[in-house]
Amino acid sequence: MSRAPRVAVAVFPGTWSERDFLHAASVLGWDARPVWHTEGELGNVDAVVLPGGFAHGDHLRTGAIARFSPVMHAVEAFADAGGPVLGSCNGFQILCEAGMLPGVLLRNDHLQFRCDWQTLRVEHPAGAWLGDLSDGETIRLPISHGEGRYHADEATLDDLERTGLVVLRYADAAGAVTPEANPNGSLRSIAGIVNPRGNVLGLMPHPERAAETEVGGTDGLRILASLERWLVAQPAAPERRL
Amino acid sequence: MRWLAEVHVRLRPGIADPEGQTIAGGLRSLGFDEVHEVHAGKLLRIAFEADDQAAADAALESMCRRLLANPVMETADWELRAAGETAGRVGS
Repeated sequence: MSRAPRVAVAVFPGTWSERDFLHAASVLGWDARPVWHTEGELGNVDAVVLPGGFAHGDHLRTGAIARFSPVMHAVEAFADAGGPVLGSCNGFQILCEAGMLPGVLLRNDHLQFRCDWQTLRVEHPAGAWLGDLSDGETIRLPISHGEGRYHADEATLDDLERTGLVVLRYADAAGAVTPEANPNGSLRSIAGIVNPRGNVLGLMPHPERAAETEVGGTDGLRILASLERWLVAQPAAPERRL
Repeated sequence: MRWLAEVHVRLRPGIADPEGQTIAGGLRSLGFDEVHEVHAGKLLRIAFEADDQAAADAALESMCRRLLANPVMETADWELRAAGETAGRVGS
C-alpha cells in the first residue's frame, strides 16, 4: 500500500462518536478527518463513516433530518459510485432513512437505552468492511442505543436473507442466535446489513469502540481494517486506488 | 390563504408498539381495567399558506411523503381547516 486510506467522518449536530472513530482511525494509521454536515463535498476520500449519536436531536425520527444534509447528498453519490460507506448506530439509522439500506430502526422493545457489550454472529462477511472476518465466527462489540429494533416487511427480510445481505446477528456467548440474546427486539435478530454491492454497511454496534485491548477488545478494529485489503483489491475507480 | 393542519403519524398496524403497551399498562395500574389497547403516535400542527384546499391537501401529501412519515413503518393522515374556521375536514 502506497499510502494510508483517506476517510471522511461525517459530523452532524448531535453526533457523539466521531472522536472515537477518529481515534480508531489513528490506531490504524489512517488519514481521517471530520466533515461537517453542511459540506457538500467529501474531497478525495477512499471511504466515509457515519458515526453514532443523535443527529439533529433525533427529532421526528432518527436520521429523518440528517438524511437531507448537504453532506448526505455527497455520501449517496459516493456510495452510488461504489465508494465504501459504514454507518454505525445513528449512522445506520441515517442510511435507512436515506433509502441507502432497506428497513428502519425502531424503539427498543423494552423501551430502555441499552449500553453493553454484545456478542454477534458474523454471516456472509463479504464486501468492503467485513472481508477480514470469517463466516460463522462470533465477535464482541459494544452496543449503545435506545432505537435499534430493526424492522422491515416480511418480503424484505426474506430477500435480505436469501441474498446474503444480513451480515451480523445478535447472538449469545456460544454464537447461538436466540430471542434471549436479542437486546432490542430486532426482527430476525438483525444487527447489521449490507447493500447488494457490499460497499455500504449499516450496523447498530460500535466497531470504533472496540479498537484497543485496553477498552475491552479489538474486534471492531478488524472490521475497520478490512477496508484496507478491499481498497487494494479494487480494479475500478483509479482515483480511489491506493 | 392560511391553513392549519393537524397531521397524525401512526405506526403501521402489526408493528410492535412498546410505548403504547407501556401506557396501557400504566392506565391499568391506575385501575382503568377497561383499557384494551393504546397506540402511541405523533401529532404535528402545521400552519402554512396555500391557494386553495386542493393545493393545501397536495402540499400536506408531499410533506408527509418526503419527511413527516417513513412509509416503512408509519402512515399519516390529517385534519385540515382554513385559519379562522372551527370545523376541519379529514384527509390522508
